Amino acid sequence: MKIQTLALSTALLLAGTAHAVEFNQVDAAKSSLAFSSKQMGVPVPGSFKRFTTQIAFDPAKPTAASTTLEIDLASIDAGSKDANDEVVGKQWFNVKAFPTAKFVSTGVKALGGNRFEAIGKMTIKGQTRDVVAPFTFKQDGASGVFDGGFVLKRMEYNIGEGPWADVSAVANEIEIKFHVVANAAKK
Amino acid sequence: MNTTSPRYSGPAIAAHWLIAALILVAFPLGVYMHDLPLSPNKLKLYSYHKWIGITVLLLFVPRILWRITHRPPAPLPMPAWQHKIAEGTHHLLYLLMFLVPLTGWLMSSAKGFQVVYFGVLPLPDLIGKSEELGDLFKEVHEALNWGLLVLVGLHVAGALKHVIIDKDGTLRRMLPFGK
Repeated sequence: MKIQTLALSTALLLAGTAHAVEFNQVDAAKSSLAFSSKQMGVPVPGSFKRFTTQIAFDPAKPTAASTTLEIDLASIDAGSKDANDEVVGKQWFNVKAFPTAKFVSTGVKALGGNRFEAIGKMTIKGQTRDVVAPFTFKQDGASGVFDGGFVLKRMEYNIGEGPWADVSAVANEIEIKFHVVANAAKK
Repeated sequence: MNTTSPRYSGPAIAAHWLIAALILVAFPLGVYMHDLPLSPNKLKLYSYHKWIGITVLLLFVPRILWRITHRPPAPLPMPAWQHKIAEGTHHLLYLLMFLVPLTGWLMSSAKGFQVVYFGVLPLPDLIGKSEELGDLFKEVHEALNWGLLVLVGLHVAGALKHVIIDKDGTLRRMLPFGK
């Protein structure tokens, strides 16, 4: 009886100390935001060099987690100089009128194990759409590593208008992949 | 028994005209497309050009194996220097039939665009992405193509000379529907 109580309180204590951490200090240098488009069936990798992420994630209380992501669209690397010049233009991101894209989470679901799902709203080029992004969480010392992605349909945001609306040349589906490293801060 | 000179073999004739037709499409396409502003149309033309080039490369393999294992008909009587030029042109044409598509493939790999044959079959990248190598292979691909143009010109001029001046059966031996 005594031993059981001790074990239970120890377990609670350990659980308390182990999980009384929230990963909320994003390490921008170690984080990346990549994507892959398909041009005539050819996968073309790209990335955004500048973006800011806020994360508050406690693995013990994942449903209380929240995140926002703001992307500086002009920092795009779409695979070639020609493409980079093109995609900031009016028919694509129109960065003069819409310099940033934004994701704001409305909830996080635990899917079991180290898998989770961020649910939220993505705004690009004045269009806001619901997004569900599955991700994994891995604790690496004092850091939390988030890896995930989702498929964005570019036409839902009018990314690529006029002749570029031809999805047989550039596919509608763009694979987004994020890798975010956030350090823990004591609550 | 007919006494006309022997013709090239069926596979040799088929490969010759098929590859000639592909080159005849890919070459002007390449000249036209490379200066276009970026557009879905440009992406499509580039893909068609690459698919044709890979097809030439694929046809080249059985063609050269056939050529090595099957002797072509002996040349009709002509001065030795003409025969030398004809043979040299043929050898260089074979070389460029291989090198032109190969440098195109290398250029595509270096520029960071994998070749996906007919949009469904991804071919391995021959080299990693590199701006310098991409520009280098673009130059080489272009230069070899001008060489190819000169050789094809020589080849056609030679064939026409046999028809118009010599009036011999040289060209007829390679025609798809002749005797």
